[in-house]
Amino acid sequence: MRRLTGFNVISLTLGFAFLYLPMIILITYSFNSSKLVTVWAGFSTKWYGELLQNEAFLDAAWVTVQVAVVSSTIATVLGTMAALVLVRAGRFPGRTLFSGMIYAPLVMPEVITGLSLLLLFIGIGLDRGIFTIILAHTTFSMCFVSVVVSSRLMTFDESLEEAALDLGCSSFQAFRLVTLPIIAPAVISGWLLAFTLSLDDLVIASFTAGPSSTTLPIKIWSSIRLGVSPEINALSTIMIAIVAVGVITASLITKRASLRQQADERAAVRA
Amino acid sequence: MSQTVFEPWNDPQAKPLIQFKNVTKRFGDFTAIDNQTFDIYEKEFFALLGPSGCGKTTMMRMLAGFEAPTEGTILLAGQDIAPIPPNKRAVNMMFQSYALFPHLSIWENIAFGLKRDGKSKDEIAARVAEMLKLTRLERFANRKPHQISGGQRQRVALARSLAKAPKLLLLDEPLGALDAKLRQDTQFELMDIQETTGTTFVIVTHDQEEAMTVASRVAVMDDGKIVQADTPARIYEMPNSVYVADFIGEVTIISGTARRGDGAYEVSFAEGQPTLFAESDTEFANGQECHLAIRPEKVSITAEKPSDRRNALEGSILDIAYLGNLSTYHVELAGGQIVKAQTANTRRLSRRDFTWEDRVWLSWTDTAGILLKG
Ligand SMILES: Nc1ncnc2c1ncn2[C@@H]1O[C@H](COP(=O)(O)OP(=O)(O)OP(=O)(O)O)[C@@H](O)[C@H]1O
Ligand SMILES: [Mg+2]
Repeated sequence: MRRLTGFNVISLTLGFAFLYLPMIILITYSFNSSKLVTVWAGFSTKWYGELLQNEAFLDAAWVTVQVAVVSSTIATVLGTMAALVLVRAGRFPGRTLFSGMIYAPLVMPEVITGLSLLLLFIGIGLDRGIFTIILAHTTFSMCFVSVVVSSRLMTFDESLEEAALDLGCSSFQAFRLVTLPIIAPAVISGWLLAFTLSLDDLVIASFTAGPSSTTLPIKIWSSIRLGVSPEINALSTIMIAIVAVGVITASLITKRASLRQQADERAAVRA
Repeated sequence: MSQTVFEPWNDPQAKPLIQFKNVTKRFGDFTAIDNQTFDIYEKEFFALLGPSGCGKTTMMRMLAGFEAPTEGTILLAGQDIAPIPPNKRAVNMMFQSYALFPHLSIWENIAFGLKRDGKSKDEIAARVAEMLKLTRLERFANRKPHQISGGQRQRVALARSLAKAPKLLLLDEPLGALDAKLRQDTQFELMDIQETTGTTFVIVTHDQEEAMTVASRVAVMDDGKIVQADTPARIYEMPNSVYVADFIGEVTIISGTARRGDGAYEVSFAEGQPTLFAESDTEFANGQECHLAIRPEKVSITAEKPSDRRNALEGSILDIAYLGNLSTYHVELAGGQIVKAQTANTRRLSRRDFTWEDRVWLSWTDTAGILLKG
């Protein structure tokens, strides 16, 4: 058994402190009863109550949730379809180009993506609002879904689909009844990933949002320019909680699925 | 035997279930199936046998609809199946990898095909129960595929492909993963199922004993071609080529030249060795090259030269392969030719007649061997 030496304990503490101290401070001060952000005056949840009274924040939160749910759902459908083509269709002319083009937004600076979308929307005369944010978020989160799903599809045994066809399924039924349930964990983690990406995106949203549709990150960003209020701390704490739940769920699902797959493979080897 | 023999391939009236007509399958410029024409009849148990990569799986996949012939046509019950997609064919395939659906229980796996047919709930339940009983899987109905053993999984795959009572069932190395005992049990189970359901089976196997046990006809393949398709007995006793003789069972091939004698051909094969005699239906010209194929169990091994047989050769024992019930002796003749002889081990080992290096006589009758051209 290896032990934690003193040195290891210190580096671990420092590392985690570096990563999480800012968030811990933020969360702590969200429970501060004082209006002064940097002076501790006792525990209170009153800022959470105030938050619920703040129409502007609530509106922004509602926009954010709508955008996140709709865009991550569309991105999941499109990303899964793209993954199917990339993994299944074998060689076709332009395949390399196609896959390169799907993965490019992964490394594209967000400012560029945001700007080019803005130019497009202006060019085609689309009024900026919640709809344009959804389009923009779908565009950039789709490639993340596609990466997650195609890595699962690589190890998917195609004879399962052939067996489904053999037993009387149409191709679509075979996908719905066999392929989709089996790759579901990857699709769900892709969705969660897209959801959290959309939830905390500031850059692309600020390019594509209109005056009527402000998302939470934009709202927070603009209001701290007037000074940090405890309400913002409370709001940020809630967002941290949502994102954390999303990320943890996604990784648990992936972990369980891979453990399960290992068990299946062990069983297959024993057979 | 009073029973009528099942030999539809000899009956000109019989209608074949499957007809391959000049079927060729190419992958790029590689020819996997080379211009094959043959028939498979209803209720047959047709075994495809051949070395790895000779095209057995390709043949099955064309029948199931996962590959299309590059040239030629395949007829099922007189109908060209080319335009029929796999999900519309009355053909089911049991995959070599089983391809069980991991997210469904054993029960649901077996019911999968029935549900697609839009059968009623009761009908499906009854049929699945029947299949579970047939394959002795009742106790595992609610388990998932990864919770049962390899042999059980193999039976699930079989039950699933049988459930729809297809006209034609394709089994791609169905017993590959089983131990000898379970394999034999399942072979008999398969034959039982075949007798009770009347389904036509096409089975791929690497195991010639399996092919001999279950098949009504065995097709020996080589390099995309069926070399011979015939009953197991005829394949064994009357191979049409050295390739088939050598592929099925043990055999000694003695190559020489033929000369027509009285009633039998005379075969001279080596300087200083006596001439051998063999009856043959195949015609050979005088001096034509020929190969005498002879099964080890038809060769007697004695200490003295037998007086009653014309075919007698002397040699010394090079090797003894002990197989439990049988022993195979490898006897080397004076010119280096090796001839195999097999005897039943009716006595205990310690009282065996012959041992290494012993000089022995090998003999057989004129009809024991078969003369082949190539
Ligand atoms: N999709 C494919 N593309 C290219 N070549 C293929 C393809 N499928 C099969 N082949 C080739 O066709 C030949 C026959 O393959 P097939 O799978 O039918 O062999 P097999 O007789 O079933 O062998 P085994 O006993 O090892 O299963 C092989 O040489 C194989 O490499
Ligand atoms: Mg094969």
